[in-house]
Amino acid sequence: MKTAALDAQANTSAVIRLQGLQRRYVMGAEFIDALRAVDLTVEANEYLAIMGQSGSGKSTLMNIIGCLDRPTAGEYWLNQQRVSEMNDRELARARNQAIGFVFQTFNLLPRMTALANVEVPLIYSGLNRKDRYVRAKSALETVGLADRMMHRPSELSGGQRQRVAVARALVTNPSILLADEPTGNLDSSTGNEIMKLFDSLHEQGNTLIVVTHEQHIADHAERIVRLSDGDILSDQKS
Amino acid sequence: MLITETIRISLMSIRGNLFRALLTMLGIIIGVGAVITMVALGTGAQRAIDEQMAALGGDILSIQSSSWFSRGVARDQQTLTTDDAMALAVGSEHVSDVVPEISSRFQIKYGNKNFNLTTIGTTPNYPDVHGFTLAHGEFISPADNSARRRVVVLGSEIPGMLEVDAALLVGQKVQIRSITFEIIGVMEAKGGSGWRNPDDDIWIPLSTAQFRVTGNEFVQTISAKVSDASTVPMAMLEIERVLRREHGVLPGKDNDFAIMNRKQFAQSRQEATQVFTYLLAGIAGVSLVVGGIGIMNIMLVTVTERTREIGVRKALGATKGNILLQFLVESTILCLLGGLLGLALGAGASALLAKYAGWQTVVTSESAIMAFGFSAAVGMIFGIWPAKRAAGLDPIEALRHE
Repeated sequence: MKTAALDAQANTSAVIRLQGLQRRYVMGAEFIDALRAVDLTVEANEYLAIMGQSGSGKSTLMNIIGCLDRPTAGEYWLNQQRVSEMNDRELARARNQAIGFVFQTFNLLPRMTALANVEVPLIYSGLNRKDRYVRAKSALETVGLADRMMHRPSELSGGQRQRVAVARALVTNPSILLADEPTGNLDSSTGNEIMKLFDSLHEQGNTLIVVTHEQHIADHAERIVRLSDGDILSDQKS
Repeated sequence: MLITETIRISLMSIRGNLFRALLTMLGIIIGVGAVITMVALGTGAQRAIDEQMAALGGDILSIQSSSWFSRGVARDQQTLTTDDAMALAVGSEHVSDVVPEISSRFQIKYGNKNFNLTTIGTTPNYPDVHGFTLAHGEFISPADNSARRRVVVLGSEIPGMLEVDAALLVGQKVQIRSITFEIIGVMEAKGGSGWRNPDDDIWIPLSTAQFRVTGNEFVQTISAKVSDASTVPMAMLEIERVLRREHGVLPGKDNDFAIMNRKQFAQSRQEATQVFTYLLAGIAGVSLVVGGIGIMNIMLVTVTERTREIGVRKALGATKGNILLQFLVESTILCLLGGLLGLALGAGASALLAKYAGWQTVVTSESAIMAFGFSAAVGMIFGIWPAKRAAGLDPIEALRHE
């Protein structure tokens, strides 16, 4: 591999390693640095919360970690692979294999059953029908929705929808689960249930990154990173 | 594997919005239906001409007196005689048979029934040359002709007009221009040759027609059968030479007769029909293109509507290629479904036209395959732009889309 030298520098056990990460948006003659120079390392089985005001750069950071966006400068290693030089295809593959997304608005496909929604990432992995079914079913069992597999999103409650989304994120056995305000559209008791689900997923050995602006959500994590104006303000164990 | 999934997803999204899918397909349905119907009409017309050509039998040249002009006014003249026919039979080696014909419409009476029918005075070799066979009785014999006998042979539709069984008519009497004739035969049906229906004609001996009925010795038409189709041009030159000599036409003067090649005429008609078919199919094809634009329009709307879905799919690992394929497959499926319905519409319309308008229509598998392939191509071509737009969406923007 041509990046072998750089890869060797990277901490070999880290799931995510960011070095001097910068993301600059150019708007005509002006430009905005959403991220200035972020250094961050996330080890396997860590449970991390990223906090910050709106405009602090946490969404940008999350998009870059999720391989949806590329940094303007700096380096990003995901499982010791250099994301900054991946092409579109490789990024799509990374999103499919290494990342599991949980969105604030669930983002389930409305015309499909819960089971079919959970199967979507596996279609892009190229799994056959039978394997997809087995894995999607077991992911739904993990989130406690074995009895709702054939329901469409419109027939499910908000908490159940978010569980389906979590199952969808888990189904490919990703290296990290990335959750963007996962309880933002839920009432507090359902939100707590989802956070309990996250806690148990962490106990089962998953690596989690939760982006939130709520302290009590961040308190579930074992490490809190605070962002402000594109820089890391603090990084501490909770 | 992925392609079957892609097709499944497309079918699901089409089913999710079935009414709109139908409206979208309407353009293609009408386009394909129109192409199928037009080609069916054209093919039918072509087949009709083919049948007429087959009915024309061998290569028959038709020689007629030509009109001449006097002070700018066309006047008929009669120049052909029985002698000309004899001269052709003897003096032209490429012509195997010659039939002189006189035809007029006369009042025919049978019992209390009265018809105005084309009566042809001709020679015994007429059925051979024109491809007729007798159903009952006999045709005019050489003896009938030389004795100027009052005998008549009826076309196959005449018994029906007279409401008498054909077999019973032989030996009965009819009156032609108040002259009593004996029926000696009835023809087998031959079918139209495109100009006129020969099955309601009647035939009498040439000499009888000349000397007993019309009192006119000229013949209107001489049909010359050419033994070998490849020698038709030579036969025409030969006929011209013989007749100019017979008529004493001076060198440099125009012929006082005209030679027509019916088969050639039919062929040029066939070519004209073909051009017309292509023209009609082309016009119908334009509506297919318009239908394709309709598909593109709706696909663009669909891409906008499903921006969020595209973003989600990309976040879950779909590549640009996956998204491109999905939308391309969707528009192609729409067009193919439209093509299928259009095929049914076209076949139905063709059947209705054949039934109620009486036009001969033929839906060929070629035209079906062509229209179907064309609609698939329309789906792909007009699907490319929307699909590219979908594939090129930025996943972050797409996920934020409301």
